[in-house]
This record gives sequence, structure tokens and C-alpha cells, in this order.
Amino acid sequence: MTAKENPFAHTSATPGSAKSDPVIVAHGVHRSFGGLTAVDVEHLEVQRHAITALIGPNGAGKSTFFNLLTGFDKPQKGEWSFNGDSLQSHSPAKVARAGMVRTFQLTKALSRMTVIENMRLGAAGQGGENFFTALFPALWRAKEATITAKAEDLLERFKLIDKQNDFAGELSGGQRKLLEMARALMSDPEIVMLDEPMAGVNPALTESLLEHIVELRERGVTVLFVEHDMHMVRRISDWVVVMAEGKIIAEGPPETVMQNTAVQDAYLGAHHDTDLSEDLS
Amino acid sequence: MDFLGLLTDAGREVFAPTTAAFALAAIGLNFHFGLTGLLNMGHAGFMLLGMYGYAITVREVTENNDMFLGLHMAPGATIALGVMVAIIVSVIFGLLLGWPTLKLRGDYLAIVTIAAAEMVRFLGRSQTFKDLTGGSTGIRGKDFKGPFEALSPFPDRQVTIGPFTLHGSISTSWWLVVVSWTIVALAALLFWRLSRSPWGRVLKGVREDEDAVRSLGKNVYSYKMQALVLGGVIGALGGVLWSFGNAVAPDSMGRPTTFWVWTLLLLGGAATVLGPLLGSVLFWMSLVLVKGLAAMFIPDTWLSPTQLEPFSLMLVGVTLMLLVIFRPQGILGDRRELAINDR
Repeated sequence: MTAKENPFAHTSATPGSAKSDPVIVAHGVHRSFGGLTAVDVEHLEVQRHAITALIGPNGAGKSTFFNLLTGFDKPQKGEWSFNGDSLQSHSPAKVARAGMVRTFQLTKALSRMTVIENMRLGAAGQGGENFFTALFPALWRAKEATITAKAEDLLERFKLIDKQNDFAGELSGGQRKLLEMARALMSDPEIVMLDEPMAGVNPALTESLLEHIVELRERGVTVLFVEHDMHMVRRISDWVVVMAEGKIIAEGPPETVMQNTAVQDAYLGAHHDTDLSEDLS
Repeated sequence: MDFLGLLTDAGREVFAPTTAAFALAAIGLNFHFGLTGLLNMGHAGFMLLGMYGYAITVREVTENNDMFLGLHMAPGATIALGVMVAIIVSVIFGLLLGWPTLKLRGDYLAIVTIAAAEMVRFLGRSQTFKDLTGGSTGIRGKDFKGPFEALSPFPDRQVTIGPFTLHGSISTSWWLVVVSWTIVALAALLFWRLSRSPWGRVLKGVREDEDAVRSLGKNVYSYKMQALVLGGVIGALGGVLWSFGNAVAPDSMGRPTTFWVWTLLLLGGAATVLGPLLGSVLFWMSLVLVKGLAAMFIPDTWLSPTQLEPFSLMLVGVTLMLLVIFRPQGILGDRRELAINDR
């Protein structure tokens, strides 16, 4: 954490604990596929302006929970809110417009569009995306220039500026992850939800991805991410939420949550000191 | 047939109204497939609805002594009314097709559109609506071409320009050539404008990955619907143009028509502005050339004249398969797209 007061100073390390300034509050979210319960979250609060990691063994329901929160899947029951407004049964597009933008485990770069076009697409409030307005460039040119300037700024930050006229499909896997993250930032979201941002990224790029995530927090963006790599979780997260079999079984700061016996049993087994990333890669 | 005559025939295809009509239909399909990635396999359905919408409206008005709702209709007004009906019918058809299918994966749209286009054709053929559609014989050209031909500023006789002789005003006329290509040019201009706008950018995003576009806050369903309806309307106008040079017959707009439109779009290059035009010109020209050359060089004992037509279509088909395999981006497509392996 930075020199600021630790926002988690008074947060208890128990599943479903209340946060001092929650941006997302989920309650009683239940999703099952046939007889299989994928997600059964009693209560979760996500602290604003912090980096929260969501970890758990394969099949713990992390990605499904992500899909539910962002509108890509519908739960059987449950309620959740973003900044106090309910987000239930909102379409993914509406969730994104509310300020909650996600990325995907399998990167979704728009291959046959250039990098800069990918970025421009991420922007909000371009009136020219309306059919009739689109016919009259005079109505959207000015906004397009603003958007392009912003896109170039972000590409500069993410060191993709030299690639701006390449097709996104020509980028390497890691660069696509960077592009997807940069694109998500085009609409100035309040919270970005990163689904396994490190999956398939080579170690050389991992470092810069980590820096970008930390930088997001410094710019006032809340980050919630799903990750397998424990080293990364320890390094950058302020708070860790552990899921297993659809439930939240533990919460706490990264230094101590691994000591929790429930976590060790469910997830780490006897290997909690070893580097899991090697097993998973 | 002599060689020079064959070249003249092939040259006539370059600017023929049929070529223009198919180019226009392909521009419509380009909005579907090229921009948005929608697999519309029933484009002939849109074209047929456009033909019926126009021809029936104009025929009824003409038979009613040019009266409509108690107003006397000038030829221009009758044409405008017919075109309006063609547009409205195709909009409704597009909405009906898209409403249940656009929320599903792309392949479902392909299945539904091919079935829907066949339904339109069979309804047109059915005896039940014989009074309206003329059943399987369709609607004769002279029943609905009157107002269009009346507007022609060209002389009412054969006119020769260079090696080409067409009538000034009637049926496949110079007048129709001018009108058809003007409309094609306008549609190409529309495609150019829209494909380079933020609206077109969203459509391209949908083509590449719907979920990514959703996650960026765009209403994917609405954009797919807009693309389907707009492309369908342009396809219907292509049908209207086609009917001016021919007649309205349901079987002339069957499945092969859809596949021809697809072929010439892929030939020219999907998602390009001029691809549909170039594709249509090359397609019709090579069809005439292959047919003519086959007639010249293949003896009657091998293939009878009636077998020549299917044979040349087959040859064209094989050529196009090779083209799509070895140059999938088409003639005008961007070479770099080939490097991207996600087909």
C-alpha cells in the first residue's frame, strides 16, 4: 500500500466482512447449472480504490461469479449493487456503461481491426455510433479527435503506440492483454474487472502488466481480478478473497490469508510454500 | 458465334443492369457479412420481396387508372410509392428474421434466413395468392414497367453507343443502365461513409467478437438489427432493379441467387467499398465468356447446348472455390488480413 492510511485497517479478515467504502456489494448470489452449484456467494463487499484478488482452485466459480457481476450470465437468485445502484438483470452493455468494465480470460482483441480502432471502440459517448449521426461526419469529427488523442495517450502508457496501425491480430498474446486492458480504460471506468490478466503472458511482459495494474489504483480505479499466480497476488493485491466450490471461504490481506487453514485445505493443500505458477504453466 | 461477338457480349455485361442489380444486392450483403459478420443465407428473399413489393404496388395503381387513395398518380409518384412499399416490406422481413435469431450464435441466422427466403419464394409460387403474385409464372414486365419507362428521357427506339446496341427506354435499356448504376454508386457511397464512421466501427467490432463489444458498453443486438435491416433494404432495391430488366418470377430468385451474390461479394472482397461492384462485373462477364468459349470449342457430341449452361456455371464455381481458398480476402481485400489466423 502507499503512504495513505490502509483502508483495510479496520476490516476483519472473515468471509463476507464489511468494508469501509464498498463499491460492489453482492448478497445471496446463487447460480447452478443443472444440479451443479457453480456460485453460492452469501455476501461480498469490494473496497473502492483498492486491488482485490479473487483466487481459488479450478472450478471454484470465480469466472462464473465474474460473469454474473458483469451481466454476461444470469443467476437463479441474488442481488448486487454497484455504487448503491442495483445491477441485477442489467445487460453487459449497461453494466459497462455504468462504469464497470471487464476483460476476458481468453483475450478478446478485435483481430481484423487496427490497434487504434480497437481503442476508439472502447470510448464512451461517441454520438457517431448512432446510425443517422454517422452519416454526417461534421457531427462526430471533433469527438473523434478527442477520443483519438486519449487513445494515443493510453497506447503510449502501455507501450503499444508503435503498433497503432497494425491489426490487433498481429500482436503477441501479451500485447493483446495489454491492448485489452488499455481498451477497457478508454471509457474511464470506476472499476475494472480483470479475468486472469496474466494467463499466457510471457515473464518479460508480466512485470509491465503488474505495474499497469498498480498504476490503475494510483489513478483512482478500483481493480478486481481473478488470478492463479500466487506470486502476483501477493505482490500487488491489497485484499484477497478466496473461493472454493462456489462459496467464499476466506478473506484477508495477502500476507495472512494463505495461513488460513480453510484456504490451505481447499486450495493449496500441503504445497502452500511452493510456486503454484510453475505447476500451472 | 464469332470471337468479336463474344467479346462484345462479355463487354455488355460490364455495364448491364443485371450486373448493377447484383452489385447493389451484394452491397446489401456487404453490410451484413462484410461489416457485421452476419451469415445471411437468404438474401434472395429480400430481393424477391423488393420485387413483389414494387411490382404489385405499381401494377395495382396502374390498373386503377393511376389512382391511389383518390389521388391521380404521376409516373414518378407511382414509382416512389412502389419503392416505398418494397422498403417497408423488407424492413418488416428483416425485423422478423432478426428478432428471434440475432440473440443466438451466427449459424442460426444462416439456417433461419435460408429457410425464410425459401418460404417467401414458395408463398409467391402458391396458387392461393395467384391474384397478387401471379403464382409460379409471376408478374409480367408490362404490368409494372410502364411508369418507369414513361419517365425515360431517352428516345423510344434502339440506340447504338460504340459496339453496344440497347433500346433507349424499354426493358433492358440505356435508361435502366443509367438509373441502375446511379443507384449502385449512391449505395457504394453510403457504404463508404458508414463503414468509416463510428457506427461502422461498432459493426466491425461485432464481426470480430460480440462479447468484447458488449463489455465495452454497446448494445450488440441493436447494432446487428440495424445492419440486418439496412442490408436487407438495399438487397430489396437490388431486386427492384433486377425486375426492371426482366419480369417478376419467384423461381428466378431462388437459392442460387443468394449464392451468386455471396460469390461475387467474396470475389470482389468483403468489407471493401468497390468489391461488390468489381465482383459483379467479373462474375457476369466470366459467365458469358466461359459459356461462349465452351460453345465454340466443345463439340456437340461431348456436351449438348442445353448442358453448356450448367457446365459453365460449374467451371465458374470451381474457379471461385479456388479463389476463396487461395485469396480469401478477395481481389480488393487487405493482404495483411491473411496473416491473421482466425478463420
